[in-house]
Amino acid sequence: MGLAKYALRRVVFMVVTMWVIITATFFLMHLLPGSPYVNLQKLTPEQLEILNTRYGLNRPILEQYLLYFANLLTGDLGTSFQFKNQPVTTLLAGRVGASVQLGVQALLVGTSAGIVVGVIAAVKRHTPVDSGATIVAVLGRSVPSFILAALLQLVVAVNLRLLPIAGWRDFSSTILPTLALAMAPLADSARFVRTEMVEVLESDYAELARANGLSTQQIAWRHGVRNSVIPLITLLGPMTVNLLTGSLVVENIFAVPGIGEQFVKSVLNNDYPTIMAVTILYSGLFLLVTFAVDVLYSIIDPRIRLSGGGRR
Amino acid sequence: MSATALTDLGKPSGYWADSWARLKRKRAAMMSLGVIIFFIAVSLLSLWFTPHNPNAQTITHINLPPRIPGLGWLGFDGVSTIAGVTQDRYAAAGVPADVNYWLGTDGLGRDLLSRLLVGIRVSLSIAGLATVLDLSVGIIYGLVSGLNKQRVDTVLQRFIEVLAGIPTLVVLVLLLTVLSPGLFTIAVAMVITGWIPMARLVRAQALRFRDQEFIVAAQALGASRTWLALRHVLPNSMGVIVVQTMFSIPSAIFFEAFLSFIGLGLRPPMASLGTLLNEGFQTFTFLPFQMLAPMVALSVLMVAFNLLADGLRDAFDPKGVGRI
Repeated sequence: MGLAKYALRRVVFMVVTMWVIITATFFLMHLLPGSPYVNLQKLTPEQLEILNTRYGLNRPILEQYLLYFANLLTGDLGTSFQFKNQPVTTLLAGRVGASVQLGVQALLVGTSAGIVVGVIAAVKRHTPVDSGATIVAVLGRSVPSFILAALLQLVVAVNLRLLPIAGWRDFSSTILPTLALAMAPLADSARFVRTEMVEVLESDYAELARANGLSTQQIAWRHGVRNSVIPLITLLGPMTVNLLTGSLVVENIFAVPGIGEQFVKSVLNNDYPTIMAVTILYSGLFLLVTFAVDVLYSIIDPRIRLSGGGRR
Repeated sequence: MSATALTDLGKPSGYWADSWARLKRKRAAMMSLGVIIFFIAVSLLSLWFTPHNPNAQTITHINLPPRIPGLGWLGFDGVSTIAGVTQDRYAAAGVPADVNYWLGTDGLGRDLLSRLLVGIRVSLSIAGLATVLDLSVGIIYGLVSGLNKQRVDTVLQRFIEVLAGIPTLVVLVLLLTVLSPGLFTIAVAMVITGWIPMARLVRAQALRFRDQEFIVAAQALGASRTWLALRHVLPNSMGVIVVQTMFSIPSAIFFEAFLSFIGLGLRPPMASLGTLLNEGFQTFTFLPFQMLAPMVALSVLMVAFNLLADGLRDAFDPKGVGRI
C-alpha cells in the first residue's frame, strides 16, 4: 500500500468512527435518567415549555439529532445546562489550556526521564541499578495516577508544605499534578527503551563500535538512543489515552480548571451538551493521535504499511 | 528448551509442564502468584467471616485510628494527633479494651478492615466477571473471523477497527451515566471495548495455523471448521490467551477503582476498592489512615497482577510470538 492510500484509508475509518461515537453519544444522552433542570418540581408547565423550546428539547429526537450534527459541523456544541447561557464551546475553550499544559508537561517529563532511566538500565543491565529501574517501571505501570496524586498531595503539600495543595496559579502549582501523571509514561518508556537498547548493545554494529574503542556508555548515547527512541513514538497513542483517563481524576484532586475536572462535574449534573462535547473532543483527540502516530511510523518504517495496521 | 526437559529424560515434558517450570524460576512472578492467592482467599473468607460487621454503623466509634494489640509500638496504638491534640481516641470514645479496629473506623463508625475485605472481594469479582466476558467474546470472535472466508473476515475486522477507535474511558462514562451502576453493569461496560485485544490475538493465531500441515491434514480428513477451531486452533493458542487474560485483570481492577473514585461506579454503602478510596479521600488530609489501607491494597494487587502477567508471558511465550 502506498502512503497516500494508507493515510486515506485511515481517514475514512476515522470519519466513520467519529460518526458512530457522536451518534451513540447523542442517543445515549437522551436515555439518561433525571432532568437537566435543577428545580423541576417548581417549574410551571408554561415555564417548562419555554425552557424546552429554548433548548430544543421538545422537537422530535431525529430532528434534534440532525440539528445537533449540523451545529457540530459549524463548531456550535450547544448551550451548557449547568451554567446560564454559557455555550459549551466557550466553556471548554477556557479550560483546554490547563489540560493541554498538564498533558504536555507530563508527557515531556515522563518520556525524557523514562529514556534516561531505560538507557541507564540497559547499560548497567543485570546490576542493582537495573533492578532499581525495573522496580520504578513496575510501580509506575501498576500504581494508578490518582493514588500517586493523593499521596503527593499529602506528603509534599500537606505535611512538608513545599508546594501548593491545589489550584492553578503559577508554575509551582502545576508540579504535583504533572508528576502524578508523568509516572505512567515514565514507566512505559523506560521499559520500552531498555528492551530496545539491550538489543542495540548486543548487535553486530555495537560490537564493531566496541572494537573501535568506544565504551558501552558512548555506544548507548551515540548509536543506541536514536535507534531505540524512534520506535517509542508507537507508545504515544496508548500514553495519550492513559493521560486523558488519569487527568480526569488528577485534575479533580488538585482542582485544576481543566477539561477533566469539568467533565466529572458535568456527569454529576446531567449536563448533556457538555458531556457530549467532551466525549467528542476526547475521541477526536484519541483518533488524531493514533492516526498521526501510525502515519509517522509508517513513514519511518514502511513495513508497517504493508501489514495494514499499527504495531500495537 | 527447559532445564527440566534435560534432567528428566525419562518423561516427555509437555508444553504446560515446560511453561510451569519456566514460571517457577521467576521469583517475582511466584511471589506475586502467592500474593494474589492470598488476596483471593482472604476475600472469599470475608463471605463468612469479617472481624466486625462491615455495614454496622457505631456512632460512638467514628474516625478511630488503627489499633492492633501487640503492634502498638509500630504506631497501631489508637493514638492520633488532630489539630494539635494528641490523645488516645479509643479512651476518649469509651471503646472497651477488647474491641480493636485494626485499620480504624470511618466517619460512620464502620470497621475499615471488614470493609476492605469486602471491597477486595467486590473489586476482584468485577474484574473476574469482566475478564471472563472479555475472554468468551474475544475468543469466539477471533476464531470466527480468523477461520472464515476472506469476505466475512474483512467485515468483522472493519467492525473491530471502528470500535477500537472509541476510547474505553468514553464508553465507560457514557454507559454508566445511563445504566445504574452495579457489579454487573460495570463489568459489562468494560467488556464493550475490552474484548478487542483478545479477538485480535486469537484471530492472528488462527491465521498463523490455518495453512499449516496439521490443519490442512485435518481438513482433508473432513474436519469441520468448528472442530478445527476447538480441537486445533484453541488448544494451540492457550498460552497467549492466558497471558492476555492476565494483562486484562489489572486493567479491570484499575477501571473499577477509577470509576468509583470519580463517583460513576458503585454507590455507597457498597464497598469496593474504588468506593473505599473515594470515601477515604474526603478526609485524606487529616485522617490519612482511612485512605491508606485501600491505597496499599489496590497498589499491591496491581503490582502482583502485572508481575505475574510479565512472568507468564516470558514462560508461555518465550519467543514473543503473541506480543502486541
